[in-house]
Amino acid sequence: MMNATSTASTLSAENVSVWFGERQVLQDVNLVFPANQVTALIGPSGCGKSTFLRTLNRMHELIPSAGLAGRVLLDGQDIYDPSMDAVDVRIKIGMVFQKPNPFPTMSIKENILSGLKLSGRKITDADELVETSLRRASIWNEVKDRLGDQALSLSGGQQQRLCIARSLAMNPEVLLMDEPCSALDPGSTRRIEETIQELSASMTIVIVTHNMQQAQRVSDQTAFFLADENTPGGVVEFGSTENVFNQPIDPRTNDYVNGHFG
Amino acid sequence: MANEQKDGSPEVKKRKLSSGPLSKGDKWFFRATAVSANFAFVLVALIVVFLFANAWPTLSSQGFSFFTGSNWNPDAKHPVMQLGPMLWGSLLIGFTGVLLATPMAISAAYLIVYLLPKPAAKVATTVIDLLAALPSVVIGLWGIAVFTPVAVNWARISNQLLGWIPIFHVKDPNAAFTDSPFIAGWIVAVMIVPIITSVTREIFSQMDDGLINGALALGGSRFSVFRRVIMPTSSSGIIGGILLGLGRALGETVAILYVLQLSFKINFFSLLESRGGAVASWILARFGEASNSEFHGLMAAGLVIFLVTLAVNMLASFVVNRAQPWRKN
Repeated sequence: MMNATSTASTLSAENVSVWFGERQVLQDVNLVFPANQVTALIGPSGCGKSTFLRTLNRMHELIPSAGLAGRVLLDGQDIYDPSMDAVDVRIKIGMVFQKPNPFPTMSIKENILSGLKLSGRKITDADELVETSLRRASIWNEVKDRLGDQALSLSGGQQQRLCIARSLAMNPEVLLMDEPCSALDPGSTRRIEETIQELSASMTIVIVTHNMQQAQRVSDQTAFFLADENTPGGVVEFGSTENVFNQPIDPRTNDYVNGHFG
Repeated sequence: MANEQKDGSPEVKKRKLSSGPLSKGDKWFFRATAVSANFAFVLVALIVVFLFANAWPTLSSQGFSFFTGSNWNPDAKHPVMQLGPMLWGSLLIGFTGVLLATPMAISAAYLIVYLLPKPAAKVATTVIDLLAALPSVVIGLWGIAVFTPVAVNWARISNQLLGWIPIFHVKDPNAAFTDSPFIAGWIVAVMIVPIITSVTREIFSQMDDGLINGALALGGSRFSVFRRVIMPTSSSGIIGGILLGLGRALGETVAILYVLQLSFKINFFSLLESRGGAVASWILARFGEASNSEFHGLMAAGLVIFLVTLAVNMLASFVVNRAQPWRKN
């Protein structure tokens, strides 16, 4: 395991409400993601958890009709403050998507370096950064002899770990993961879960998942999102993963984690 | 039993499946489509045969100098017909047009696909498509009456600022800057912007949002995402669109005739000089008063421009078909 310098930060959402046009999809979300902890966001489809995740690194505002209220604090600093640049925010708070999205025209190595190029940063020691990033995403041994190959020559699970490595190359303080395993087979899923555990030593992780077992395996704390019909979604229960799954306070949480709906 | 295989199991007989015409009406429908489709091929073949037969007297008497020489004297005792300046001029204007049109087309496509709200994007698309519907004679008239007086100023300024670069150099200090390949290139650019824009727009709109979001999430700016992700992923498709535009530019006739001084003094690269060439325009200019001898020369010119545009268009469809193999899965 590489000894990356711990740059993890605490991320918190204060009274976050979200709109698409006139339609409110989230109301008053208050959550704290402490440094070096893994937080799982669970809930049925359409409850707004992925939307919420996208507010945490200002990806939400890329949708033209997007609206937001409340604050998102990274180590106490509001990322939506007018003085903050969205690009800087996204560099500090990385994101891994549901569907692996390596850049098809780039090689494996170029994919790792793509974030630095996209953000116009200098690349000092490319080879070392590529190796470190790939090692941290536990894919180095599989690709070390074919760094020049096209990224699409990798399997789906490898592509997703490449995308994780690509985010890690930016050395983020927080990593957001939006159902990173939903398109993957069980073997690839297990490896990514192991990677998540290792990464939490050096960063704060927020992961959206539909898989209850996965939430229990990887996370320290869990937030359960729910939206009733025609009302904005919100957090029903938030606490340690242990408590949310084994001694939920709200009966709706109990029903959901035990598979009665959703 | 007769229908038994060696191991004793009954032989499996394949049934007849028909995908042919089911009814009499279908039979006639199929025949009609076949005839119509083949008609196009037959027509093209007949045109090639006609062109070649009529071009042959000139091609055989002039030999290779038909393509390279620069002299046109069809009614001399020993007719000389050498298309060089026209052929070269077509290429010069075609490439100038493509160079001018491509940045405009890519910008327009980016604006339409990524920046404009949907209703405005629809309007912009319609306006650009309308540009393609303008008859080239109208564009030619606009070119001579409206555009040339304006472009002359651009040409003069380019010459003053960049005259030390050979393509912007003119010999005559009092040059008029009219009727130049520069102006013809602009006119052609106006005509091919819609083609390149619509191909590029199509390519951009097929772009995987996941890649763009991924690039933005890595800290990309809109411009760096455009440059490093959108363009590399779209480049082969856009090149196909550019080649389609080039095909149109090389075959352009009337509009160029209005705004260009056709000259058999070959002009290799001086965009601002008032002389140039264009094969198709030359045919149009000469055809009405051509003698029998010149008629064959013009047919040979037609064959040449036909083959060149055919080659460019085939290359274009080849490139477009090969574009973005990763999209197909």
